[in-house]
Amino acid sequence: MASPAVFASSAGVEPHGPRPRRAISRRNVIVYGTLLVVAIYYLLPLYVMVVTSLKGMPEIRLGNIFSPPVEITFEPWVKAWATACTGLNCDGLSRGFWNSVRITVPSVIISIAIASVNGYALANWRFKGSETFFAILIFGAFIPYQVMLYPIVIILREIGLYGSLWGLVIVHCIFGMPILTLLFRNYFTSVPEELFKAARVDGAGFWGIYLKIMLPMSLPIFVVALIIQITGIWNDFLFGVVYTRPDTYPMTVQLNNIVNSVQGVKEYNVNMAATLLTGLVPLVIYFISGKLFVRGIAAGAVKG
Amino acid sequence: MADRTRPSGLFKNVNAKIASIPMILTALCVFLGGTLWTVVYSFTDSKLLPRLRFVGLDQYERLWSAPRWLVSIENLAVYGVLSLILSLVIGFVLAALLDQKIRFENTFRTIFLYPFALSFVVTGLVWQWILNPQFGIQHIVRSLGFESFTFDPLYNADIVMYGILIAGLWQGTGLVMCLMLAGLRGIDEDIWKAARVDGIPMWKTYLFIVIPMMRPVFITTLVIITSGIVKLYDLVVAQTGGGPGNASEVPAKYVYEFMFRAQNLGQGFAASTMMLLSVAIIIIPWAYLEFGGKRRG
Repeated sequence: MASPAVFASSAGVEPHGPRPRRAISRRNVIVYGTLLVVAIYYLLPLYVMVVTSLKGMPEIRLGNIFSPPVEITFEPWVKAWATACTGLNCDGLSRGFWNSVRITVPSVIISIAIASVNGYALANWRFKGSETFFAILIFGAFIPYQVMLYPIVIILREIGLYGSLWGLVIVHCIFGMPILTLLFRNYFTSVPEELFKAARVDGAGFWGIYLKIMLPMSLPIFVVALIIQITGIWNDFLFGVVYTRPDTYPMTVQLNNIVNSVQGVKEYNVNMAATLLTGLVPLVIYFISGKLFVRGIAAGAVKG
Repeated sequence: MADRTRPSGLFKNVNAKIASIPMILTALCVFLGGTLWTVVYSFTDSKLLPRLRFVGLDQYERLWSAPRWLVSIENLAVYGVLSLILSLVIGFVLAALLDQKIRFENTFRTIFLYPFALSFVVTGLVWQWILNPQFGIQHIVRSLGFESFTFDPLYNADIVMYGILIAGLWQGTGLVMCLMLAGLRGIDEDIWKAARVDGIPMWKTYLFIVIPMMRPVFITTLVIITSGIVKLYDLVVAQTGGGPGNASEVPAKYVYEFMFRAQNLGQGFAASTMMLLSVAIIIIPWAYLEFGGKRRG
């Protein structure tokens, strides 16, 4: 409640209280107009991909890329999935898809398991030198991958995994470690110290506290880690090119080979269907996860 | 600190140490060891296989006299500077617009951010299609009656980097916007009230009060964008393959070609060491400001 004195002093000057909002003010037009135009620009490529992938080749040659398909056909999708050629192989993107699945699933599980335990150790069980290793790890996140490409080739060759899916899994675990460890460390540090101490008094050890107390408490952060890792690993191209052979190529590499192959007639509709197929997994993750995806990004930006 | 005097130091926290073995191995063997290994071998004349026959700065001299490397550096500089400035400006403006207590904020944010979920390969291929002169934007504008309209960045060596820039910005500005929005939300509401009471126009409040207050956010964003720019590789490979000619070569691609295609490892190592150096120039001052200052204070 405003005091009478305030009322008296402002009564004669100007109307008091919030101004009634008009729906269409000049400011609103500018704000919403700009946002709308930018939104259209951002959505356009997705629209073009969908529209192109549903057209037949004759229609693409005649029409323009923005017009909706006159005759909807799913043939490009079938072809992209099952029969598109890369070099001598003509079994479509399906192989790349399953390779990517076989790479992503173990990489995600192993890297999150390792990083969560690491973050937990760094937060609650510091030992001499642990912070130094962590600092090296964080700096490692900024080192261009190109610097470490060849040493890893040698390491993988030594343990006999160069060119195999499991070799690539190890690489993803290594390069996912800095960001994930940071994520889990920061999260576990924010868990009240008393909880940890109480468990210690009750006789719980390193693994006991991790499994019975920390793990059940930190489900959201695990989901964030899951989102970061699935999209990151699925979208990887460089490591796929370097550490796998043609028959173990992940989806992104195979997609690039299909679309940018110089042989034969360019089938733009098949290319766009293939592109969309490859982008589908991270897109679905993105639209399902919503706010958690943003949180994952923010976590990546948190300073160590 | 206290650990150092205890004789059982090594066996204290044994479980934690065992659990940290993967991290320690990664930090020491891959990040530290691998980096040192590459730097050392960049001074050798390794060809097909790495070998320790030192030739001094030979590889670096050859690198800096290779036209292809010089083009790569120039391209990365153009792309880097423009993408840094534009993504900061666009990202901030979008964030500021979204911060006006508007409706559908979530919808807009979802739209601006979705390209970030897509890979650079997908991004590159979509924009390759949109910028295709035969069917894409150029074709459409021409069919509207502007017969002489020319916009074929991917086939014109002079402007090919701008074609890649368009795609890169489309993919990456959503991230910048998100970081900026988080920064804007961290600004105290009272500051806005105070500025309004003092009658300072909104754009001035942003420019002279809010942005200086968001310095940490800007610096973090800067570091994230820059370390991403240096890694620029997939986008170029997918969108142009380095063409036309060598016009859109970038350092990361140069490294890959020399290490795994041309079988000239020494060159690849020297080039990647240069990449490391450029990142170090950015990261070390930042780390010093960020962590060195704290220790003193």
